[in-house]
Amino acid sequence: MSEIDHETARKVAKLSRIAVPESDLPGLANDLSRILTFMEELNEVDVEGVAPMTSVTPMRLTRRKDGVTDGDYQDKILSNAPDAREGFFAVPKVVE
Amino acid sequence: MSDLNKLTLADARDLLRKGETSSVALTEACLSAIEGAGALNAFVHKTPDLALERARAADARLAQGDAPAMCGLPIGIKDLFCTEGVASQAASRILQGFRPEYESSVSAKLRDAGAVMLGKLNMDEFAMGSSNETSVYGNAVNPWKVDTRDLTPGGSSGGSAAAVAADLCLAATGTDTGGSIRQPAAFTGTVGIKPTYGRCSRWGIVAFASSLDQAGPMTKTVRDAAIMLEAMCGHDPKDSTSADLPVPDFEAMLTGDIRGKTIGIPREYRIDGMPEEIAALWDRGADMLRDAGAKIVEISLPHTKYALPAYYVIAPAEASSNLARYDGVRYGHRASLAAGDGITEMYEKTRAEGFGPEVQRRVMIGTYVLSAGFYDAYYNRARKVRTLIKRDFETVFADGVDAILTPATPSAAFGLGEMANADPVQMYLNDVFTVTVNLAGLPGISVPAGLDSAGLPLGLQLIGRPWEEGDLLNTAHVLEDAAGFVAKPAKWW
Repeated sequence: MSEIDHETARKVAKLSRIAVPESDLPGLANDLSRILTFMEELNEVDVEGVAPMTSVTPMRLTRRKDGVTDGDYQDKILSNAPDAREGFFAVPKVVE
Repeated sequence: MSDLNKLTLADARDLLRKGETSSVALTEACLSAIEGAGALNAFVHKTPDLALERARAADARLAQGDAPAMCGLPIGIKDLFCTEGVASQAASRILQGFRPEYESSVSAKLRDAGAVMLGKLNMDEFAMGSSNETSVYGNAVNPWKVDTRDLTPGGSSGGSAAAVAADLCLAATGTDTGGSIRQPAAFTGTVGIKPTYGRCSRWGIVAFASSLDQAGPMTKTVRDAAIMLEAMCGHDPKDSTSADLPVPDFEAMLTGDIRGKTIGIPREYRIDGMPEEIAALWDRGADMLRDAGAKIVEISLPHTKYALPAYYVIAPAEASSNLARYDGVRYGHRASLAAGDGITEMYEKTRAEGFGPEVQRRVMIGTYVLSAGFYDAYYNRARKVRTLIKRDFETVFADGVDAILTPATPSAAFGLGEMANADPVQMYLNDVFTVTVNLAGLPGISVPAGLDSAGLPLGLQLIGRPWEEGDLLNTAHVLEDAAGFVAKPAKWW
């Protein structure tokens, strides 16, 4: 069984940018371990020489001319922002 | 005319064209059914004024003649679809207050065809769930009831299924990443089709797992599924995976003739512990298709067993990437910050408050399997297994199989809350028969086929060849006719 310890759970939460209270880490580690154990059934499959799937239907991504096709509605883009000022998204200070 | 909300799309369309009813009358009947169905918690954002405005416009268009099939028909839209000016929050707290400035391509096609949106429908948060219990709006409730318990309508498109089964709308949109259209359809005695990956544009639908997500209709009959699917399909330059293929007249392909077709019965789907009733229903379904002139053959899809674990690597991996955009900056919820909190605290607190437990779990699992050192062991291995699962299907189709018959779900609808203490993996097992279809990008449809001994609906699934939804719908139509499922839930709400 795959064991995710508290330290790994804390690290995954950090990478995911989700604040997890210290008291929830044991439960989280346990849940993640069970899910990973379930995934380990995949180790039974012989995948030698098999290419990982990149596209479920054979298709070439379409190309277009590299040009501006859309835009010019700053007000619409900002209309749902929790904090917008002077035509920009506003966030806490990033640089001291 | 009474009970206009109980009509099928096909019947309502025909009455509209004959001038025997109006879109306003149909819409009012649905709005009044919705008002009386608060206990089902299916519609979570109602848009009655907009609906009546669109219904009046549809009536004007019908009066001029030559209106498209969907013109004037009242439908519900899953909350996952962005709808211009109308709340669209994927049943998540993190999108609270979000009102898109644009319309998803699929709902725009329906709107432009004259369909009348009644409101937005409940679902599992970000479409992650199989019971509609992860929604920020609370549980949607199945209109089917056999004892004192409230039952799940399934998920993630639980509100859509409940609303169609309870005749709150004539039909609804759903989306399906691992079974989210077909499992709720089976739990509610309705029809749900997930088309071939690329048939419906994903543009404007909140993304869960982009290589698996497809929209589709949830309806009362197979004919309705054909009518509505046609209106939802078509090439969209705004989705790079949208197929540039002509959309056939699916309804015209419902000939009822399946003589000479070959239907495969995959032996690997006869899983351990399958309830006797489900196994018997599956056998009856095969007999019905045989009686209609199809040839029934046993087939093997050897990698079936690995579909669920592969799915639960790939879907969370894609979700962790897709959901990175919910950071409290551009839309939706932002946590209130303490003195001295910087941008990292803003992200972490916002996402902790905004995402429910199942979404958090999947984002973290996805992050883990994509992280350095584990990418090959989990994510790349799962993508290789996905190649093998698709190859299994290609092999049987190359051998002459036209469609594959399986159960839709491993059980009938279960009670809300009954899985609360179960391991997350237990809930994932709901998708065991449906998830292979998403991994292989194939079309799949759930057809109501009978009632279990308690009186709850059970569905059968048909899986078709890529891009052959018309043929698949025709086989489903034959199965529907032969099964003769007419039961409706008794009104208690």
